[in-house]
Order: sequence, then structure tokens, then C-alpha cells
Amino acid sequence: MKHWLAILALLPLAAAAQPMPRFHWQNFTTADGLPDNRVFSVAVDGARIWAGTENGLALYENGKWKVFRPADGLAHRAVLYVAVDKRTHDVWAATMGGLSRYSAGRIDTFTQLNSGLPNDVVYGVAVQGDSVWAATAAGAGRLNTRTGEWSLFNERNTPMYEIWTYAVSAGTSKVYYAVWGAGVLEYDVKSERWKDYNDPDGETEMVLFKDQGLIHEITTSVSWMEQDKILWVATYFGASRYDGRNWHNFLQKDSGLPSDFMNQVKGVDGNRVWFSTDKGLAYYDGENWAVYRPSLQTGKPEMLVRDAQGKVRQVETDTAPAHNYIFGVDFQGNDIWVATAKGLSHGMRIEEEVTQNVTRRHD
Amino acid sequence: MNMIGHNRECMQFVMSKLGAMLYRSYYQLGDGRLAEKHGAGAGVMEQAVHSDECFAGSQIAGWEDATCGQAIAQGKGDEKRLTNEVQMREAPFLEDHDWLVRCARKDSQGRPGRPPQAKGLPHFFGLCIAALAGLAGTITAAPLRYPSPVELAVSPDGARLFVVCEGSDELVLADAHSGKVTGRVRVGRVPKGLWLTDRYAYVANSWSDTVSVVDTESHHVTRTLPAGFEPNAVFADAAGTAVYTANRISNDISVIDLATGMETRRLAAGRGASYLTPSPDGQSLYCTHIYPNIGRHRTPPESEITIVDAEHQIVRDRQPLHNIAGVFHVAFSRDGRLGIACQLRPKNLVPLAHVEHGWVFGDSLTLFGEDVGESVQVLIDELEQYYTMPFAVAIAPDKSAAYISTTGANSVTVIDIARLLKFVRSASSAERRALANDLSASAHFVTARIPVGRAPKGIALSPNGAMLYVANRLDDTISVIDTAARKVVRTIDLGGPKELTPQRRGEQLFFDARFAFHGGFSCANCHIESTFDGLQWDLEPDGFGKDIVDNRLLEDVDGTEPFKWNGGNPDLETECGPRTEKFFYRSQSYSRAELGDLVAYIKAMPLRPNRYRLANGELTAAQERGKDIFERTRRKDGTPIPETNQCAFCHAGRHYTNQTQVNVGSGKWSDRSPIIDVPQLTNIALTAPYLHDGSAHSLEEIWTVFNPKDTHGVTNDLTKDELNDLIEYLKTL
Repeated sequence: MKHWLAILALLPLAAAAQPMPRFHWQNFTTADGLPDNRVFSVAVDGARIWAGTENGLALYENGKWKVFRPADGLAHRAVLYVAVDKRTHDVWAATMGGLSRYSAGRIDTFTQLNSGLPNDVVYGVAVQGDSVWAATAAGAGRLNTRTGEWSLFNERNTPMYEIWTYAVSAGTSKVYYAVWGAGVLEYDVKSERWKDYNDPDGETEMVLFKDQGLIHEITTSVSWMEQDKILWVATYFGASRYDGRNWHNFLQKDSGLPSDFMNQVKGVDGNRVWFSTDKGLAYYDGENWAVYRPSLQTGKPEMLVRDAQGKVRQVETDTAPAHNYIFGVDFQGNDIWVATAKGLSHGMRIEEEVTQNVTRRHD
Repeated sequence: MNMIGHNRECMQFVMSKLGAMLYRSYYQLGDGRLAEKHGAGAGVMEQAVHSDECFAGSQIAGWEDATCGQAIAQGKGDEKRLTNEVQMREAPFLEDHDWLVRCARKDSQGRPGRPPQAKGLPHFFGLCIAALAGLAGTITAAPLRYPSPVELAVSPDGARLFVVCEGSDELVLADAHSGKVTGRVRVGRVPKGLWLTDRYAYVANSWSDTVSVVDTESHHVTRTLPAGFEPNAVFADAAGTAVYTANRISNDISVIDLATGMETRRLAAGRGASYLTPSPDGQSLYCTHIYPNIGRHRTPPESEITIVDAEHQIVRDRQPLHNIAGVFHVAFSRDGRLGIACQLRPKNLVPLAHVEHGWVFGDSLTLFGEDVGESVQVLIDELEQYYTMPFAVAIAPDKSAAYISTTGANSVTVIDIARLLKFVRSASSAERRALANDLSASAHFVTARIPVGRAPKGIALSPNGAMLYVANRLDDTISVIDTAARKVVRTIDLGGPKELTPQRRGEQLFFDARFAFHGGFSCANCHIESTFDGLQWDLEPDGFGKDIVDNRLLEDVDGTEPFKWNGGNPDLETECGPRTEKFFYRSQSYSRAELGDLVAYIKAMPLRPNRYRLANGELTAAQERGKDIFERTRRKDGTPIPETNQCAFCHAGRHYTNQTQVNVGSGKWSDRSPIIDVPQLTNIALTAPYLHDGSAHSLEEIWTVFNPKDTHGVTNDLTKDELNDLIEYLKTL
């Protein structure tokens, strides 16, 4: 009888069950040939994995690491972001000393002295057809790779009032910049017009008008989903989702985010997204959350799942990303690559986790 | 005789008579300098006029596509300045619907103008008048257009020849057996590249930035495809899905989808991408470049062969070529095991004081592939004779021989491949590296030097290898070589004008190396295809390492005297005459007549289109802002800029030079004097690096690195985007 009652009690949970991805994590450090354990960015190009580290641009291919540094023509050893041109497989590296393009073994470097690059401190880069967009410490720049023309965007010709652009995400219709301290800047490709989005609360950490605008001005990352027309935004004080009309904000206190401090957001689509925080890697599928990290207390591998009702439970796992301080991610099919402060992690998808296996419940 | 040219000349004569009076009532004819300038091989109608009458006259008559010439009143300061810059497409006058004039005019206030618009029947009448009148001015300087064949291909059955003629904008078809010209197809401007399939001939039109697709049966252009800046070579894949072009100015490779006719991607190549060769299996496409990649100042030039994965349409690899600047055609043996690239090995890092020791150019081949393993460079020169500008290469079907056209030596070099491979394989790794400079090596594998016509360029073998066809660019002929006999057995006349103008004779001299000691080099070695080579040289025996100079483009030099980087030569006759023979050739000098012809050619070099302006001649917003900066007379804080430090003061006039010698603070410790001759800025976007010694890698560096004290114009008060605007404007010059 009790057996049947338990089954009946679990039926609603079964109806609400959402599979959350599980991974077996393989971590790479300098011991494996990674040039530096501090990995700021990762980009996947088929079977090739590019890592932007504090000590060079690294390529992982056929089980081996190859490293490119200034001696090879790289602009600077500190590579802050890596982007791949999917058409040509050229790789663009945003560095502390300029923007470099790696193309079939040759590195060409653009600096503020030898080109129209706005500033040598390049935080982000995105490829949009024949245009390459750069996010620099002194504004945004766009390189037309066919004509060689640079276009510069700053407070003089856009609504931005801070010119410290931190990240860029480009689609076919829109280009978005995360402007550190000035919210989000949107460029409409067709009209060639700029528009800004700001925190309605002003530059404060209070959230007076939740879901009425961008969560905070100190934005660190944007991810534009062209197909779904959804924009994801990461800040140091929460995250936002914008559908062109409505904002939805996420804070640690009322979501599955392990922290409000985020370095990157990368969308899968309009509903699913990955957040790279200082306290772990978070995944959101539109209802449920999962967090992957070494435990903050014990350092042991940890996977936490939070369902739509807010109930949190722990999922058994024996591996975790290299560190809880996450800089960024990229996808390789169902796998995920994670750039952390203590190495590069390869999350190999194992099976979908079913929430019926309850190990901890919250009433 | 060239029938098209003959009919055109008759028409011109008649119409010119009818239109002469009307025309002269509207125009004050100038000294015809510009007609002369563009006469050789250009066919452009043009007169030099002075004053606003050109603009006003065109307004009155509603002339649109008419004979608007260049009207220039040079002036300084507040003097009225009218520039009217014309770029005209070649066209058989009223018959060509593509006939276009782009007039970028500035009035006395420096505002950009517009060409007048067509307004219906009255305008059409005016147009006719304009056309008639315009022709009047050309009657005494009717330009002769020489075919100037540069590339050719043989049909798979060996029966037909397809010849690209860059001088007459044609694809000429000829019967390979009889040598008779069987057809002429008008293509775009300055066609350079050719690729032949069973059905079509693809022609890269380098100054139209297009590819003409010619039906080889109907002899009609069926399509015109867009390409990058200055496509010099074209290739169509066997599947018929894509066309590739090597774009010389944009330094990249266009991939064009044949189904849509649109470019789908652009692949980063090296600098001056110019030639494309597929591997025998069609898996790869090899792209070579006439300029070296820009590297650190005064370091050995580095070039590359860009290797494209033809299946995935991406760059797969880049094969470095060390100490090489100027790479031309590549050929593969049929089995794909041997590749040969033609190239120049310049000795630009040592002073040009040892011409007699081979210290100028090595005429070289890079051998690569399974047959050689690690790639190796060998010279085709001899100890006491050079065979310069190896341009095209063909390998016999049975791999018995390789044939190389040497443009400066007016000959074809024949190489025994078996002996070549034996020689190379017998060398150790260290010996292989030394072969790159070994003038004695060619004795091991060169078996013949076959004299052909002037400036041999493209070559092609008949399918059975029995015949080798050689395009003699400056004779307008095709030499047909019996490969077994190793001699020319027939010469095919492509029907060019029989009269040789001074410009044409001068062009022949320009490409001829016979004047240099041991035939070491011609003008064209450094001024590749009349441009430049991207290198810096230590030219004169003024002390080793002194006065390093950057090579320069030769277009538009007429009227920019004095010459030489410091203005030391008052005219081109001095620049090309005594100076050249004394410091360069160390051998035979030009006669007075020859020198006159050479100068006439240099002055007549046509100006290539500028790709950075809008099609209607107007400037973009950024370029307009840049123009304001270029012409400003005050700093941003309002303080006046001394006149002599204003950009538009030194870089004034039609050529953007006031032809004076100044010190702008760009002198280096290696210069005997910091005084330089103000250079012209025409097509400056193409000629990196910059400054007199080539120390500035880009236009930006002229001011971001080499102008710390605002001695080369005032730029240190500019923001980065303002400097960018200035750069964008300079690119339009």
C-alpha cells in the first residue's frame, strides 16, 4: 500500500521532470601542454579547440596542444577572447595588445598604431559575414575584411556614454555590445542605427524595477540568438533576457544562479542558456537550473539541480570543471568546453539526468 | 589588320570632321598632354582644358558621358582650383552600353560636383554633339591599341588557342594549326587571367573587377561575375560549382558560386595575389603573389604560396617562400609529384653596388612536392648571363621537360626534369639551401634557351606536348615552338597595329633586360608589371646602408618632377637615363631616341581605377570628414597651422604634390639628408609600406609612429576616429 502511495506521490514530479545535462569532465592544465591555466576564452571549430590564455593562444588538435605567442606574430600573450569565422575557419584573437587573425598558419595583427583598431586592449571580437567587430577599451570597431575599411564607434556617434566595450555578439540582423558601465548597445544592420539599453534603476545595485529593463549597467557579456530574436545579457549583478519587448531578470536570490557575478553568457537558443559565474557554471533550460563546479566548501565535484518550484538537490557526480571561476564556454555538439581560472575543461555529455531519482527534497 | 580598330578609326575621322567646329566652340583645347598620356594602349578620349568651361560647357550641352577631359588649374592658397578627374571605360564609342564616365569634380570651394544628368532627346542630341566633338580632339592622337597578349590556353583537342589580350580588352581565338585568328570577344578592362573548360572560357578582368564567362562556341560573353579588387587570375572547379579569383589589390581570393553568380566568401591570401593553379587532382588550388607579405623593415622578404582546399573552399596551408619577392606562375607534373613556382630572389638588403656579382636579382624556381621532399630553390641563371623574370612554367606531359618563359630575356628556358631531380636529390640539406644562390647550378639541368618574341608571358603546351605556345606581349604574337626541335616553327600574328608608337617602343624597352650587365634585370624587375615590388633598396654607392629608399608606383608620375626620393633628378630623362645606366645597369646605356621612347611610355602609363571612391565620384561621410582634416588650416583648438605644415600645401594639385623638397622630420640616421621630394599621393592606398624608406608599415603609422612632433602635418590633436577618417580620405586619392 505504501509502495503504491509513493508511486502516486511521485507522479506529479514525473510529469514535471526535465532532463538536465550531465557531463564527464576532462580537465587540461599546463601539465597537459596548456600554456597557462588561466583560460579567458574557448572557441570550438569542429575538431579544433582554441583557447585564449594568459600566456598565448592555444590550439588543441589530435590530442596535442600547439601554442602561438608574440614571437609567432600574436599581438599579445594575453588572449581575452577567441572567435572563429565559420566560413573560412580563420580565428580572431582579442588580446591585451591588439587584434590578431590566425589563418592557416599565418598571423596578421592589427593594432591601434598600424590600423584603424580603436584601442589595443581588445576584450571581445565577433565575426559577421565579411565584417569583424571588435570590443575595445576605447570603443567599438568594425573591420570590413574586403575593403580594409575600419569604422569606429564611440560616444561621439553612438548613444554609449562609456566607451569601455567589453563584449560583442553579432547576428545577421543585429550586433550587440556589452558596454561595461553603460549597459547594452544595439546596432541594427539594416538601418545602421544604434540604440542603447540601460538599467531603469540607474547605476545602483538596487533592483527597484525588476523585469522592467536591463538588470545592471555593468554588463560583461551579450549573446544574441538570431533565430529566436532573444538577447541574453550577463552583468556583475545579475542576468537579463530580452525578447525585443519584455525583459526578464535573474538574480541569485530568486533563481538557480550560483552568483550574480558573471563573466559570460552564451545562449543555446531563446530558452536555454549557459552562465559563466565566479561560483560555478550554470545552465538554465527555461525552467530548471543546473550548476556544475567543485564544491565551494569541500572542493569535491558537485552538480546541483534546481527545479521550477525552487527545489534544489544534488546529483551524484565524480567529475567537475577545473575551477568554480568560469570565464566562458563553447559547444562541440552535445559536449561543452569551459574556460576557467585554473584550466580548460571538456564536458563530455553522458546521459540526460531524470529528476525522478530524487535524493533530496525540499518541502 | 585589326578590323575593329580600322572601322573605329574611319568612324572617328568622319565624325571628328563634323564635330570639330561645334566642339571647339565649347572647349578650349589644352596641350593634349592627357590625350598623349592615355594614348598608348588605352583608347581614351581626353583633352586637357583649363577653366570652368569644361563644367559649364557640359552643363550647357547636357553632356554626360562625353569627352570631359581633365581640367586642372593648379593653385595654391586661395587661388581657384578646379579639378576634374575622369576615368573612362574603354568603349567603341556609341556602341557600348557600358560606356561610363566618372567625373569627380571639385569646384573652387572644394565641393564635390556631379556629372550632369541625361535629360531625354535634347540631351541625346547634345550627347551626339559631344561625342562628335570629343572625337575631334583625338584625330591627331588616335590611340593605337596593341593586343598585348598575356595568357593563353589550348583547347583539350589541341585545335584552338584562347589568348587573353590585356591591351585590347579581348579574348582572341585562333586556330592552333593554321595560326589564323578565328574570333575576337570583347571582355572587361585589362583582362589578365584565363581558365578554360570544355564549354567556357573564364576571363579575369583586372580593372573591371569582374570575370567574363565566354561561351567558346558562340564566342559571346554569357555572364559577368563580380570579383574582388583587381582579379588577375581565375579558376573554375571541375564540378562547375565555383569560380575563384586571385585579387591583387585586396590580397585575397574570391569564391563565387556559379549557381547564384554571387561571391560567397573571401579567403585571406598573401599580398598581391595574382595567379592560381589547381593541383592535378583538383583537390587544391595554389595561389601565388607578386608582392612579398609586409614584414619588419629591412628584413628578408617573405612570400607564400596560399594553398586552398578546393573541396571545403578554405585556406588549408601557406607554404612560405624565404627571401622571395615576386612569385608568378606555378605548374605541376601530371602525376602531381612535382610542383614548380617561378619567382624572383631580390638582393635588396645589400647595396646595389655589385651588379656584376649577381647582387640584384636571382631568377629562381621553387621546387616542391614528393619528388623533391623538402622544397628547394634553384636559379636558372648562369654565371655570366641572367634570364630574368621567369613568369610562366609548363611541364611536359611525360615529365621530360619544363619550359619557362623569361620575360626580360625574350626567351624560353628548357629544363631537363630528370637531370634537375637528380641534381637536387644528390644535394645534402645544407647544399640544398645553398642552391638558392648558386649561379652554376643551371648548367646541370638547363638544356636550351629558345629566343622568342618580346616580353614572353603566358605559355601553354599542346595536349600531346609537341608544341609550346608562347604569348609575346610586346610583339602581339604567339611563338609556336616545336618542343622536339626546340625552336620556333611559326609565329601567329594577333593583328595588332603595325605602327609602333614611342610609347610602345618605350614599353618594349621597359621590359627588356638586355641593357643591364649580363642581362640581369629590366625596369620591370622592380616595377613589376609597371607597378612596384614592395621592397626597399639601397640603390647608390653613397655608402653602404645609406639612403634606403622604398619602391614606388609609376602611374601618374608625369608632371611630378623632379624625381628621385630627394628630388635630385630634374626629369625622367635623367632619372631613367644617366642615373639608370650608371647606378643600375652598369652596362649599355639607352640611345637618345630610346630614352625618349622609354620616358614616353612611363608618362603614358594609364591610371588604374581607384576602388575606394563611390561609383558616382562622391565621398562617403567618413571620407568627407577626412578631406576636411586634410584641408584644414587650424588645429582643433583654433590655433593656426603654419601653411607649410598643412597637408594640402605640400600635397597640392592634381598629383597631390607641390613638387618641392622639404624636411618633414621623417629622416633617419641612415639618410645623408632629411630633405625629401614631396611624393604624389595617387593610388597611395596600394603602395605600402610608406615614407621614403618604407619604414611605416601602413598609412596609420606615418602619424601614429613617425610624427611625434607634428612635423609631417599636424595630427597629434586628432582622435583615433578622426585619424581614421583622414586615412579613408587618402585612400580615395
